[in-house]
Amino acid sequence: MNTSDIFNFLKPKNELENQGDTLAAQNQPFIPDELWVKCPVCKKPVLSSDLNENFKVCPSCGYHFRIGARQRIEITADKDSFEEFDADMTSVNIIDFPDYTRKLKNAKLNSGENESVITGKAKIGGCEVVLAVMNSQFMMGSMGTVTGEKITRAFEYATEHKLPVIIFTVSGGARMQEGILSLMQMAKTSAAAKLHSDAGLLYITVLTDPTTGGVTASFAMEGDIILSEPKALIAFAGPRVIEQTIRQKLPKDFQSAEFLLEKGFVDKVVPRSKMKDTLTSLLILHGSVPEKTEEKEGDSQ
Amino acid sequence: MSAFDSVTAARANDRPTAIDYITRIFGDSFIELHGDRRFADDKAVIGGIAELGGKPVTVIALEKGRNLKERVERNFGSAHPEGYRKALRLMKQAEKFHRPVLCFVDTSGAYCGIGAEERGQGQAIAENLMEMMTLKTPVLSILIGEGGSGGALALAVADEVWMLENAIYSVISPEGCASILWKDSTKTAEASECLKLTSQDLFKLGVIERIIREPKTVDSVMFDSFKTLIGQTFEKLSAVDTETLLAKRYNRFRKF
Repeated sequence: MNTSDIFNFLKPKNELENQGDTLAAQNQPFIPDELWVKCPVCKKPVLSSDLNENFKVCPSCGYHFRIGARQRIEITADKDSFEEFDADMTSVNIIDFPDYTRKLKNAKLNSGENESVITGKAKIGGCEVVLAVMNSQFMMGSMGTVTGEKITRAFEYATEHKLPVIIFTVSGGARMQEGILSLMQMAKTSAAAKLHSDAGLLYITVLTDPTTGGVTASFAMEGDIILSEPKALIAFAGPRVIEQTIRQKLPKDFQSAEFLLEKGFVDKVVPRSKMKDTLTSLLILHGSVPEKTEEKEGDSQ
Repeated sequence: MSAFDSVTAARANDRPTAIDYITRIFGDSFIELHGDRRFADDKAVIGGIAELGGKPVTVIALEKGRNLKERVERNFGSAHPEGYRKALRLMKQAEKFHRPVLCFVDTSGAYCGIGAEERGQGQAIAENLMEMMTLKTPVLSILIGEGGSGGALALAVADEVWMLENAIYSVISPEGCASILWKDSTKTAEASECLKLTSQDLFKLGVIERIIREPKTVDSVMFDSFKTLIGQTFEKLSAVDTETLLAKRYNRFRKF
């Protein structure tokens, strides 16, 4: 048995993403526990426990594996600081769309979550924030009415309590199965973001792979500061849709985070390992006062 | 009439486009203004100032073109980011000079192409959604043909949204929906039903305030009564103080 056979056997399955039936489902592996994983970019094997310690970034080439929302919260929020909002809120098949009820059920089973976003209050580097993290494992992070409602409530809470908002985006776009009501979420979330902004409060978006469609065309692009993970796909129309429209191949790295940085639509590309420190610095520069915790002991401020 | 009949009617080549509405309602009073002051003048978006019942009004429209030559020139009504930025510039101008904004929406969607992505199509739409929400002047948007997703919504964050009887408004085209659902983009009729995209569906869902009946043949009576209705609505909306207007606009979208 040669090594390539081993990797075939261990090749992670990609079933969850196929549930997504949205624009950006890409062929990227999920990582099982305690196994060797082959980096899809440099093809080198890496032990998944090593990968976990390295924020799920390939130690050889720096490729950022996609991570779930809970893990994102774990590496971003201070230990035990996250208090979730609206955890039980769940979508129903409002416009009686074919197969949506079953899809929702599967998405819940597969992701262990009730919706495509988790919202709540947290501390980052001791600074109090409202945090929303989208989840690619739930219908590819598509935005339905509950997604929009949770994000809107998060903004409204932050406005009321004068807190900054940080949103990690990952989304295939608006959720087709909720028809026009999913489109209305773009307006609803933007409205809440605007009132938060008009109150003089800070909103930071962190774009992760992939952020597309109706999320890009609403709250993802409305941050005072827009950060991105390296190489993330960030698009309004996904590459396949564009290729079909213009009938030509797109250049490599078109719509990557680095491409958007060059075109002026992203403030900074930040590797995952530096994200928490970057967010903390930005929060402090905008007036957040970090609460001293054991984690922060010894820090001057 | 089925949902797919509405889709067909909304896209019909002989259907009046925004230019027809502007010409028939505002006549010679319409003065077109061009450009986004940043990159270019997008011909898929028409904007300007006109007079309605003795008062100025800013008019912004997505224009598909009335014949093949015009359609090519107008990019079939699919705007680039500069089109949405031109629209926002004119809305801000309307706010400054305290005149209401009237938008005519007719587009299969915002353009999907290299230039559109490079210049921030998503950001341009997002900015309109945000800014229109607190624009301190009345906004009325009327869907006259196709209302294609975010590209239509970027001109439809308004105090009231109306639809022509056979116009459609949807998060995705029936073709796009069919190809995702059934891997078959020809099943547009079935997809049209599923999406609830007709004026009657949207009225029931509370997405629009009014359905405008379409006569069998377009005549001046229709445009005259339309003009009266728009004038009355702006009068009503202008009488509301700004704070109340904006609170109502917020709640209009907050309820979804």
